[in-house]
Amino acid sequence: MTTIETNPTAVPPVQPTRKRRQPRRKTAATVAWIIGIVLLTAVVLYPLLWMISASLKPSAEFGSNQSFLPENPTFDNFVKVMEGVAGIPTWRFFWNSTILGIGAVIGTVISSSMAAYAFARLDFKGRPLFFTMMIGTLLLPFHVLIIPQYIVFRNLGMVDTFLPLLVGKFLATEAFFVFLMVQFIRNLPKELDEAARIDGCGHWRIFWSITIPLIKPALITSSIFAFIWSWNDFLGPLLYLNSPENYPLPLALRVFNDQTSGSDYGATVAISVLALLPVMLFFIIFQRFLVAGVATQGLKG
Amino acid sequence: MTTGSAHAPTQTRTTAEPGTRPAGNRRTGGQPKRKRSRDTLAGYAFLSPWLLGLLALTLGPMLYSLYLAFTDYNLFTAPEWSGLANFERMAGDTVFWSSVQITLIYVLVGTPIKLAAALGVAMLLNFKSRGTGFFRSAFYAPSLIGASVSIAIVWRAMFSADGPVDSGLSLFGINLGGWVGVPALIMPMMILLAVWQFGAPMVIFLAGLKQVPTELYEAASVDGARAWRKFISVTLPMLSPVIFFNLLLEMIGAFQIFASAYIIGSGTGGPAGATNFYTVYLYTRAFTNNQMGYASAMAWVLLIAVGILAFILFRTSKSWVHYGGDSK
Repeated sequence: MTTIETNPTAVPPVQPTRKRRQPRRKTAATVAWIIGIVLLTAVVLYPLLWMISASLKPSAEFGSNQSFLPENPTFDNFVKVMEGVAGIPTWRFFWNSTILGIGAVIGTVISSSMAAYAFARLDFKGRPLFFTMMIGTLLLPFHVLIIPQYIVFRNLGMVDTFLPLLVGKFLATEAFFVFLMVQFIRNLPKELDEAARIDGCGHWRIFWSITIPLIKPALITSSIFAFIWSWNDFLGPLLYLNSPENYPLPLALRVFNDQTSGSDYGATVAISVLALLPVMLFFIIFQRFLVAGVATQGLKG
Repeated sequence: MTTGSAHAPTQTRTTAEPGTRPAGNRRTGGQPKRKRSRDTLAGYAFLSPWLLGLLALTLGPMLYSLYLAFTDYNLFTAPEWSGLANFERMAGDTVFWSSVQITLIYVLVGTPIKLAAALGVAMLLNFKSRGTGFFRSAFYAPSLIGASVSIAIVWRAMFSADGPVDSGLSLFGINLGGWVGVPALIMPMMILLAVWQFGAPMVIFLAGLKQVPTELYEAASVDGARAWRKFISVTLPMLSPVIFFNLLLEMIGAFQIFASAYIIGSGTGGPAGATNFYTVYLYTRAFTNNQMGYASAMAWVLLIAVGILAFILFRTSKSWVHYGGDSK
């Protein structure tokens, strides 16, 4: 990618007589810019800071203490929510979410990288058509598929298991990841493949020993997105999981929210904080990969 | 958007590619026959998981759902052919029309505001060439978590009576008593939640802005153009492919809003049906009332509506989207 620095408010051609005024105007603009951007950051991050602060407020302070910071910060809310809901301890929901997330990552990485290699490197009949269809599924509203998919999985006796939530991941149904990896593989030098082919390597060997190591950044980006999307997914578990012991966090949060609706915001917000914590940690560690993935890709996270 | 045919040896070009153009892998001339056949076998082998997914989880279900749209099906007895009955019932279903209205307002008002915010902030960040990485990441964070149940709960709490938004507004003498219980205030609250997630399109705009050649701005300055004129005559046209791309994906995404509306309305579409978005109503019909036929018909209406919208966007794009390569 070319990195041409552009400046929309570029300084007009310097006029010798005004030389003195230029730096002052520029400083003023910079100061205004900094003030603007800091204010904006405060507004954007406010909900996140508020939720942390609210989770530390004792329930009694809700409604009475309007200030941003809690008067008597406490971890009571967290202790309380760790007890769980409907007789299921909260760690169980974390465990379920983790299993689903890891399954999603494994399935996505394997199936999407294979499909991407085929699209980017192999020449076969029907490829342009399939590629167009793959892009088409990016635009397909997911809700067209939920009813028939539900009926099929129900007839297969898979309702209330994790399988309906994982099968699609192993079949590369999320075109975002395939497309991301296709873009990445296309930018790799072809000479490496050709050299390997001359040395007698087959496609599996080339895929495994050359392509996979070289597309590691794309694999990392995909893994993180796959994990976070699975972690945040609400509709899938809502459709397929009935027993509370199978609930991942979003469903547990919903039960919590409905049970305590309006009465105990402290506890509800506390479990929301806990549920977001892994996502935020991933984000802080891997933000460069994520933002770069979105920038080259043009898809939302 | 169907470009390329089975015989075209060049890469399929997608309209949905902002700025980036795949480098390399340009095949010119014919392929040796033996290699092509070997590629075909390997090609289908590598593609097999995706192909299976396409058939079993996308195309097959789509056809099945099209069939169900013309039936009565409650999951427990076999689907019964009912012709156009589902669509006729839909036409007279006031709750359906209210969900259509809510969703259209959300898509047609929320998306432009969100994209305007995204473009504005992207230009603000682009003003400086260095030291903006932190802000870019901070602004992107909401896009990653905004659709989660956690944020829906937080949003609900923030906009409830005595929540920070309500008490903040009361400082200015505005006493609404919380937004959550007031049907008329649900939409602004949902749109604010969407706008808060401006980060993803912003990152894409930012990548687009970096590609605009500096010379164009310099030339405009020489011609005496002011900032606003440069924005209209240089930035917007140069950015139009990215605007098109963001508009298409954000609109389609907005149609599919579910978790936030479901949680904020406690799964009931309340208050007074204000959170009964199209997808929430579809879900209720299918999985609460077991009306799989009716819900499938709704799903196909959604698909066709999104298809028409995408078609209109693609059609009009010819007049306002400028691809760099075409004009030169």
